Amino acid sequence: MERHFEKEIQQVTERLSAMAEQVKESVTASLHSFLARDTAAAQSVLDNEHVINEFEIGIDNDVVRFFALRQPVAVDLRLVLAIQKINNELERIGDHAVNIAESSKRYAMLDPMRELPDLFRMSEIVAGMLVKSLESFFTKNSELARAQLLQDDEIDRLNRAIILTSIDIAKTTPALIEQAIECIRVSKNLERIADLSTNIAEEEIFHDQARMVKHRTDTIVPPFPM
Amino acid sequence: MEDEISKIVIRAAAVSLWYGAKRALSDVTMEIREKCVTAFIGPSGCGKSTFLRLFNRMNDLIEGVRITGSVTIDGTDIYRDSLDVVDLRRKVGMIFQKSNPFPKSVYENVAYGPRIQGIKRKSDLDAIVERCLRQSALWDEVKDGLYHSALGLSGGQQQRLCIARALAVKPEILLMDEPASALDPLSTAKIEELIYTLKTDYTIVIVTHNMQQASRVSDYTAFFYMGELVEYDKTPVMFTSPKLKRTEDYITGRFG
Repeated sequence: MERHFEKEIQQVTERLSAMAEQVKESVTASLHSFLARDTAAAQSVLDNEHVINEFEIGIDNDVVRFFALRQPVAVDLRLVLAIQKINNELERIGDHAVNIAESSKRYAMLDPMRELPDLFRMSEIVAGMLVKSLESFFTKNSELARAQLLQDDEIDRLNRAIILTSIDIAKTTPALIEQAIECIRVSKNLERIADLSTNIAEEEIFHDQARMVKHRTDTIVPPFPM
Repeated sequence: MEDEISKIVIRAAAVSLWYGAKRALSDVTMEIREKCVTAFIGPSGCGKSTFLRLFNRMNDLIEGVRITGSVTIDGTDIYRDSLDVVDLRRKVGMIFQKSNPFPKSVYENVAYGPRIQGIKRKSDLDAIVERCLRQSALWDEVKDGLYHSALGLSGGQQQRLCIARALAVKPEILLMDEPASALDPLSTAKIEELIYTLKTDYTIVIVTHNMQQASRVSDYTAFFYMGELVEYDKTPVMFTSPKLKRTEDYITGRFG
């Protein structure tokens, strides 16, 4: 029996997918703007922030309507909850892209550093995590989602290394203090994007397998005692 | 919700039931916990009401019924020959879909059962009537009209009166067969609140077609289909992560 619910859920999933494309674009543009000192790319991220915010509000309204009118249960409930959370995570990732774009604009005004800390590598991994986490949700692939959770340690290690290198640069070359601070800011924002991408992967596992894998636990939903 | 260690009150083991040649229940095994609300859900004709009616032997009244397997309540086989069915039905009260008050006063509806049990003193009956009407959340609405006809009450009030009448004979188990399906939303909400309150003192088994109602009021949910018990678990599990696709398809409306 085909349900009206399917059409509605498909519409909101498509809207979330369009939002995800916009967010991926913002993250990519913000990283490019920092690494290539491209202020036009940074400005495009700032200009597009409102688009992501409008997506968030629209999807929030869809989710409220689902709960009010459809009272979803079981896999439908898990799907609507996952959409709600991923919507919020994407909006926050968009905010971090904006932070990186703002760092880019400041960094572009300064003399370039001869050698950036390991931001290239971290950007690559984080952008990949975001793409794969979203892919896992839209293709219902919880194995792909689980693979993203394993990247957490590497991101933490890179973040620590970038911060230490940047501090070292600031100590040894005081003329590069501002540049080093921007590197630390970008690294922190990347670390947050990675964390939020992990949350998206966790939502897919919740949706597909009814398991909560937050904070390095892995429990059946709902956990007991209720 | 009661935890796993709460006592099992009703045990059904490999129960099958036939109406003549038609098999209505197939090998149903289930344990029902004390002072919990257990909901039976499933499409029409799945056997949930038939299974409910086993617990106070209401099916005995239907011609051509044949039952195999066993049903025990507090360890007693309720289908043994020597069992006093009247005593069983005192212990296991029943509320039906359509309220069925006696064409008597509100007071007499509640006092009827205790009077038959031999309670004659007016003050004792007064106390029982007030206690049961309070327990069924009806007292405030009828206390000034106790001697008016019960048939003058609204549908929702009549249903709560039937619950008060069932409580008057001090049952341990209450069976409810779609108790709110003929009521408006406000009366339904009152019945659901009442069920929630009553489970402190009683074991309640409810048949409902309303999935939201099952999720709102019950601690355990059993899904029946074509006479079989398909899945039975804690209600939060059944409504967030049922184990079987058939259950999921039914509760999400994909069924059929």
